[in-house]
Amino acid sequence: MSELMQYGSLDRREVVARLLSGRKKLLVVGGIGSASFDVMAAGDHDNNYYLWGAMGGAAMIGLGLATARPDYSVLVLTGDGDMLMGFGALATIAIRKPANLTVAVLDNGHFGQTGWQESHTGRGLALEQVARTCGFSWSDKITNLNGIDDLRERLHTRSGAKFATIKIRASTSPRVPPPRDGVYVKTRFRSSLGHYPI
Amino acid sequence: MDTAVVGQQCWQEDVFRVLKQHGVKHVVYVPDIPHSTTIREAEADKEISAVVLTTEEEGIGYLAGAWLGGDRGVLLMQSSGVGNCINALALQCCTRFPLLMVVAMRGDWAELNPWQTPMGRATEKALTLMNVMTWRADDPKDVEPLLHGAATMAFNGGHACALLLGQRLIGEKQ
Repeated sequence: MSELMQYGSLDRREVVARLLSGRKKLLVVGGIGSASFDVMAAGDHDNNYYLWGAMGGAAMIGLGLATARPDYSVLVLTGDGDMLMGFGALATIAIRKPANLTVAVLDNGHFGQTGWQESHTGRGLALEQVARTCGFSWSDKITNLNGIDDLRERLHTRSGAKFATIKIRASTSPRVPPPRDGVYVKTRFRSSLGHYPI
Repeated sequence: MDTAVVGQQCWQEDVFRVLKQHGVKHVVYVPDIPHSTTIREAEADKEISAVVLTTEEEGIGYLAGAWLGGDRGVLLMQSSGVGNCINALALQCCTRFPLLMVVAMRGDWAELNPWQTPMGRATEKALTLMNVMTWRADDPKDVEPLLHGAATMAFNGGHACALLLGQRLIGEKQ
């Protein structure tokens, strides 16, 4: 599928690879669909947790993880569709004020996996404004690679919950599927943090 | 405010004590009156993260994340919230993290609001359909052993386990 419309201009694969380059003490939750593919494409890692289902759940997984492991930085990378389905999570996260959590939405303004229907963000909703209103300590819209470099530095600050809308192109990237075996991914992730199978 | 009367306080305090005994560090909830004591004690406990949710399925994701980080938690809700959790329970089915839930029932006995009844009558079946094991407490003396059993099977087995607090236990809402 070629580019559908002029939305964002950033390439999602380039954005995610740049955000995760040189990562240290960073736990990553990849949201359902293309976001998980992007995280996988940047390089499989024991500290990646990929979602293939439970749409709407990525941000709350990030909150639980960030609360349990304040010694790590946690990054949720997900799409606008997933974030919209878990809209209330913005309120729940904001009042908890997790200092080590960043939610970054790869926003192409569309439901890309289901036929490219226009989403709420594609029709004008600014998620970064919603996050700011909810009470995130930092929230911004990112439209260029300088913004990505700035966000990468912010991941490791302890200044409160952070939120970024990253405006990406509404276009298809090759599928790079992460493991579908959720038990394996979970156990690998926990083992890397020193928690062995029950 | 609690509606507990003399003789019921015991089981309400049993819930929090059993959760502490099992090393629960996260109490995530959509409130209901029968959970009032547990919520109040969790909010007051510095070792516990008490998290109020906007909708129950947020709790499934939260507890999956907490477990990834090595922590145990519990989700408290009313039976109507079980309906909100159905698709999110796929996360537990596919990753098999320990999921402990305590569900305050509506619509199963002497229900004053008929709009509570459809989901209340479907609660246990819906949980079972999604591979959640259920136990039901209608007698105050059953709460402690049943919650202990559910927590044991969740945390030692990676299962999804729910204790249902029946309306006979909770008391008739006036």
